[in-house]
Amino acid sequence: MTLADVVLGIMFVGLIAYGLFGGADFGAGIWDLLAGGTRRGARQRELIEHSIGPVWEANHVWLIFVLVVLWTSFSGAFAAVVTTLYIPLTLAAFGMIARGAAFAFRKSITTLPMRRFLGAGFALSSLVTPFFLGAVVGGVASGRVPPGIATGNVVTSWVNPTSMLGGVMAILVCAYLAAVFLCGDARREGAEDLAHEFRIRALGTAAVTGVAGIAGLFVLRGDAPLLWEGLTGRALPLVGLSVLAGVVAVGCLVLGRYAVARVASSLAVTSILVGWAVAQYPYILVPDLTIEEAATGRPTLRAMLLALAVGAVVLVPALVYLYLLFQKSPPEGAAAGEAAGHATEASSAGPYG
Amino acid sequence: MPYVLADAAQNLFPAREQMALSLGWHIIFSCFGIAFPVLTVFAEWRGHRRGNAALTELAHTWAKAMGVLFAAGAVSGTLLSFEMGILWPRLMDRFGEIFGFPFVLEGYAFFIEAIFVGIYLFGWNRMSPRAHMLSALPMIVSGMAGAFFVVAANAWMNNPTGFRLDADGRVVDARPWAAMFGPSTWPQVVHMLLGAYMVVGFTIASVYAVGMLRGRRDRHHWYGLLIPLTVGAVAAPVQIGVGDWIAGTVAENQPAKLAAMEGLYRTTAGAPLSVGGLFQNNRMNYALEIPRGLSLLVKRDPNGVVRGLEEFPPDERPPVNVVHLAFDTMVGLGSALLLLALVFGFVWWRRRRIPETPWFLRAVAVSGVAAIVALEAGWVTTEVGRQPWSVYGILRTRDAVSPAPGLWLGFYAVVAIYLALTALTVLVLRRLAHEHDTPAPQEVDARPPDDRPEAVAVR
Repeated sequence: MTLADVVLGIMFVGLIAYGLFGGADFGAGIWDLLAGGTRRGARQRELIEHSIGPVWEANHVWLIFVLVVLWTSFSGAFAAVVTTLYIPLTLAAFGMIARGAAFAFRKSITTLPMRRFLGAGFALSSLVTPFFLGAVVGGVASGRVPPGIATGNVVTSWVNPTSMLGGVMAILVCAYLAAVFLCGDARREGAEDLAHEFRIRALGTAAVTGVAGIAGLFVLRGDAPLLWEGLTGRALPLVGLSVLAGVVAVGCLVLGRYAVARVASSLAVTSILVGWAVAQYPYILVPDLTIEEAATGRPTLRAMLLALAVGAVVLVPALVYLYLLFQKSPPEGAAAGEAAGHATEASSAGPYG
Repeated sequence: MPYVLADAAQNLFPAREQMALSLGWHIIFSCFGIAFPVLTVFAEWRGHRRGNAALTELAHTWAKAMGVLFAAGAVSGTLLSFEMGILWPRLMDRFGEIFGFPFVLEGYAFFIEAIFVGIYLFGWNRMSPRAHMLSALPMIVSGMAGAFFVVAANAWMNNPTGFRLDADGRVVDARPWAAMFGPSTWPQVVHMLLGAYMVVGFTIASVYAVGMLRGRRDRHHWYGLLIPLTVGAVAAPVQIGVGDWIAGTVAENQPAKLAAMEGLYRTTAGAPLSVGGLFQNNRMNYALEIPRGLSLLVKRDPNGVVRGLEEFPPDERPPVNVVHLAFDTMVGLGSALLLLALVFGFVWWRRRRIPETPWFLRAVAVSGVAAIVALEAGWVTTEVGRQPWSVYGILRTRDAVSPAPGLWLGFYAVVAIYLALTALTVLVLRRLAHEHDTPAPQEVDARPPDDRPEAVAVR
């Protein structure tokens, strides 16, 4: 393991965190889209809003973290990726703006047409943003981003079979994670019927994701032979782990063990992401640029490592505090000694942690 | 792709405009991220200590507005981090290891800020008052730290330090920590922080001044005007001194920028200070000149020599009129705000009350817009004044831009998105101003309106 590997590894931890926490937030938006008419979907939408309200901004920062670590430590590779893939990245950024703004402002608006408009904006952008991010991953993983600034094809680098697979899988995984997380959140709010609804959705999405994943392997064999080779070779144990964790998660969902299902589902997603990294190691841009070649100077990498270590000491307790507060918090007003029955909703809302 | 013929030259102008629009929008919301929590938690603390329900309710309203503004700032900041690479890949490719580093630290600061904004808004009435007010501290500190890191990166573009270039122009011996502390960093950071306090102070005060002009002269409006106006009024005179400091730094390190700020063509001993006017055919016309003013200000010597634009090749001079007029706008509005601060301070000192005459309230009512325009003008001064350079003296902006085909189309999309985002933000803030029960984005349950009085009383 070189210094560059370590820094990129930490970046990848941020990417996984974004995939799990940010991904579940996107997925919640997808379920918001599919929740049905204004009246019928109201309770589900309320649960979704409770679940992501206080945490989505923090979860979203993982993406910023990934970007800044990349551009400082692997500047050339970063510049190559963002210039060649600027179209899906710009569209994803627009999606994030629309999603964040619509979600944030929807709550403060009371007129129904405006709420519907913002709700639709939130839900639609939750669908398209992971698609474009998945397409970006597909473009990088299938070796369509050559080193150099804007040297790759700005269209075919993301309009190709692997990118489409990446986009579709990203949507499915987000929706699956969100459904699993929402099961537990619904139960915490005492809405066992909602938990049941999301359990059915989680199981349905799990089935679709599994089928799409298997079909996807054949797409990769034709379109991204190097990735295919890695996933079925060196990274095979991780792919196996992912499948196993997925099966365990489904079992837990059937049994109603939502907390364990949450962990198993996260493990399934994490191991497939790590599998991608292992499959493409030691290249950062397959098949031309290795991690070592792409890394910037030692002093910067060392400064980065120090900053990451000190930053983690500050950040991790803060994040844990946010999730704990959110998970176990008393209802509004309880801290001031008010009767618990005073606040209409009991201890609110699920964390993603 | 034949249908979108494009190259770096075609991308340059739209890319610059896109960056200017994105940054110019974001900078306003960053100010609120930096300064608004301070005002809010101050009101909360006073309300709690004195059992003053009007103050507590004011703090709660501000906390909600803060949540809206933070959400708008967070999403616009995300777009910026994409644009840095998408629009200016050669800046990131070549200098990412130095220039990018403060953004890593800023990423952490922003992370902490986002976490504690969530905690602060979610924890309202859920945590003990003391714990709740303490949860605002990390938000305040990380907001200021974030401003430091971002401005440090900008200061590095003005005065690149902390590395060497080899014969091929590649960065060697990068010292990312040292690079954050170049000569421009501290004056720029302090200038920005004070600017943020002025923008937030005067903007919030102006909202309540409008209310008072419409006849709403209750305690809520009285505190809503007094607290932020005091903050703005304290920052304004300090800002004039800091402005002098930063002008000296620019004179020393970026003489072409200073010459453009003043439209000074010939290198002059005893150079005048030019107010207004137009720079035509290499001279200032129609300007009000204060003899020897510039020399006195930047050299502390009425006969000091100030370098003019003639010393720089024509292709290394910034666009003079934009920089000069932006600079004058900033100084003019800053001085007007200082005057307002002095009137307020004098009346408060003599009579212990807010001057509630219509003219004073009208002046406060426009002070928010004035502070924001001054902020933007100052930002135009430093950014356009650095042109044609992206990294001063090393990398030209036109060499930093991406040559990707079709890139310029993004500009139109960004214009449309920001128009919509601005309209939405204004809509939500107006609602908040009229109905205090409107929940903030990060809050989880809005309470029924009839809960409010007891809730306030208990706190």
